Amino acid sequence: MYSYSEFDTAFLAERNRQFRAQVERRISGALTEDEFKPLRLMNGLYLQLHAYMLRVAIPYGTLSSAKMRKLADIAERWDKGYGHFTTRQNIQYNWPELKDVPDMLDALAEVGMHAIQTSGNTIRNVTADHFAGAAADEIADPRPVAELLRQWSTDHPEFQFMPRKFKIAITGSPNDRAVTKAHDIGIRMVEHDGARGYEIIVGGGLGRTPMIGKVINDFLPEADLLPYLEAIVSVWNQIGRRDNKYKARIKITVHEHGIDEIRRLVEERFVETRKTFSGVDQQMLREIEGHFAPPAFVEADTAPYTRALETYPAFRAWSDTNVTPHRDADHAIVTISLKKHGATPGDASAAQMRLIANLAETYGYDEIRISHEQNVILPHVHKASLPSIYSALKAEGLATANIGLISDIIACPGMDYCALATARSIPIAQEIATAFDDLKREHDIGQLKIKISGCINACGHHHVGHIGILGLDRAGVENYQITLGGDHTEQAKVGDRVGPGFSADEVVPAVERIVDTYLELRSDEDEAFIDTYRRTGLTPFKAALYPETKVAAE
Amino acid sequence: MPKAFTPKVVTANHLLAGDVIYQTADGWTRKLEEAEVLTDEADADLRLIEASQQVDEVVGAYLADVAVEDGKPVPTHFREEFRAKGPSNYAHGKQVELQ
Repeated sequence: MYSYSEFDTAFLAERNRQFRAQVERRISGALTEDEFKPLRLMNGLYLQLHAYMLRVAIPYGTLSSAKMRKLADIAERWDKGYGHFTTRQNIQYNWPELKDVPDMLDALAEVGMHAIQTSGNTIRNVTADHFAGAAADEIADPRPVAELLRQWSTDHPEFQFMPRKFKIAITGSPNDRAVTKAHDIGIRMVEHDGARGYEIIVGGGLGRTPMIGKVINDFLPEADLLPYLEAIVSVWNQIGRRDNKYKARIKITVHEHGIDEIRRLVEERFVETRKTFSGVDQQMLREIEGHFAPPAFVEADTAPYTRALETYPAFRAWSDTNVTPHRDADHAIVTISLKKHGATPGDASAAQMRLIANLAETYGYDEIRISHEQNVILPHVHKASLPSIYSALKAEGLATANIGLISDIIACPGMDYCALATARSIPIAQEIATAFDDLKREHDIGQLKIKISGCINACGHHHVGHIGILGLDRAGVENYQITLGGDHTEQAKVGDRVGPGFSADEVVPAVERIVDTYLELRSDEDEAFIDTYRRTGLTPFKAALYPETKVAAE
Repeated sequence: MPKAFTPKVVTANHLLAGDVIYQTADGWTRKLEEAEVLTDEADADLRLIEASQQVDEVVGAYLADVAVEDGKPVPTHFREEFRAKGPSNYAHGKQVELQ
């Protein structure tokens, strides 16, 4: 894991000192809210519906036990004893008071963490495959590159006042778990004829105008990454629309100019940016890679795991859903569900965070990841430790066996917290999870990803959910639009809207009708929802959701 | 024809705590039922200007629609209902502490 250099530490201390003084000036009245707002946003501090919200960056979703413990301490000391993990692999504190935020940032700095560029029109926290460094299907660990991007983009003087925010995701695996095609820039590590490079995808994004990213360069040599990315951001910074915030993201720039023209402009700019990179970036990358050396995997008998599988059905169910193959056959990747039925997706209490930290320290080589799906990962666990981990998680309400199932729902904070929301998301997720848990149907239903957003900004990734739910305000009443067939993987697709929206009370019955239709249509138990949908299309689902329309048409 | 003026309250977030506050005749309260109900448009505009000038105490003051039931203001839109009551996912937040 990356450890801060003296430069990093000094930079952060200075930023925190500046922000402390800015907060003092705001409290004294020397700064107006209009003057203070851009300063607080640069440091991740929002003012939401009920309180301030501090969004802390978790670069590429990677944490150590010390960092996780610090997040727990902060939750307890300055918040209400919990934190909320987000779809950008960050953590949000929902209840800080303004005067405490400088102390919170200093506490974060003690473990090399910050809230810089988690808001504002800058390059945001770089996200990565949450199985990075552990996945069996991986070409290379993307995190050193993600760390290089963090260092390059943090306080980059050219990119502090861009047309809009800018999001980058990277994966080192052909199976895309980082949603790279729905980012401003998506980076896929690839190999051609034994040489490593990057496929660069540009212009993806969700929000008001969802777009799947387009390949701007199918094989970029490793050494050209930073100058090429700098060329892309630079071109957009110059020609991106500043006249209309809804048309300012690079997806619109790519759409309006066409990918070929953008490629030409980027190549032209790249000639200039390339000259300014002397190779120091590659030296830095080599140094950073040293921080991410894989742990020395222990060897042990896996018999305790096998025995527990045979003896305890509940453990087996958990292992079937929450454990993923590791690149080392005797190890496993554990996904800890933050989606207990009826709970708020992504919330973790301070006690839960501390337990996860302890488990990572004891059994997991001190490594923790946060997924964009709002769960926590122990990326390296010897299989012999899995029964002990399961028991410990169960005692703290963290052993829900539902990863990838219908109750493993992504939900943005929605109108329960967010000032931008047009409707609630979390209670819809709670109701769906509870309803399917009551019927004990979710294991029979199998892989099905529901994603819920409480406004068109799509923080809940609803466009790429197998079932996407978007909450809107229709004449003063919460109303939910449903889309089907979205996909966040390498086969990324924006879901198809089924028809008129549903009231809050109608959402669970609608999801049940969708699921019943799938169960009737699937060719066998191995055909997942998304595969059935791809085969049948929208028509049978639409007929199930709007039977009156069918009758009217006949 | 101009739309008839409907009852309003002045609401904002508190600068230090960030929580929801409502204007009373002589200050601020955290309880909507204690808020001053404004039924005259010119008066409401004036009260909003006064609130907006308190830059070292409140943030983002605006006029929110209310209905009056049993002499007390109640929200007419669900957003204002959540602002008054706190998150609905489970009972927590400053509003719960006030009860």
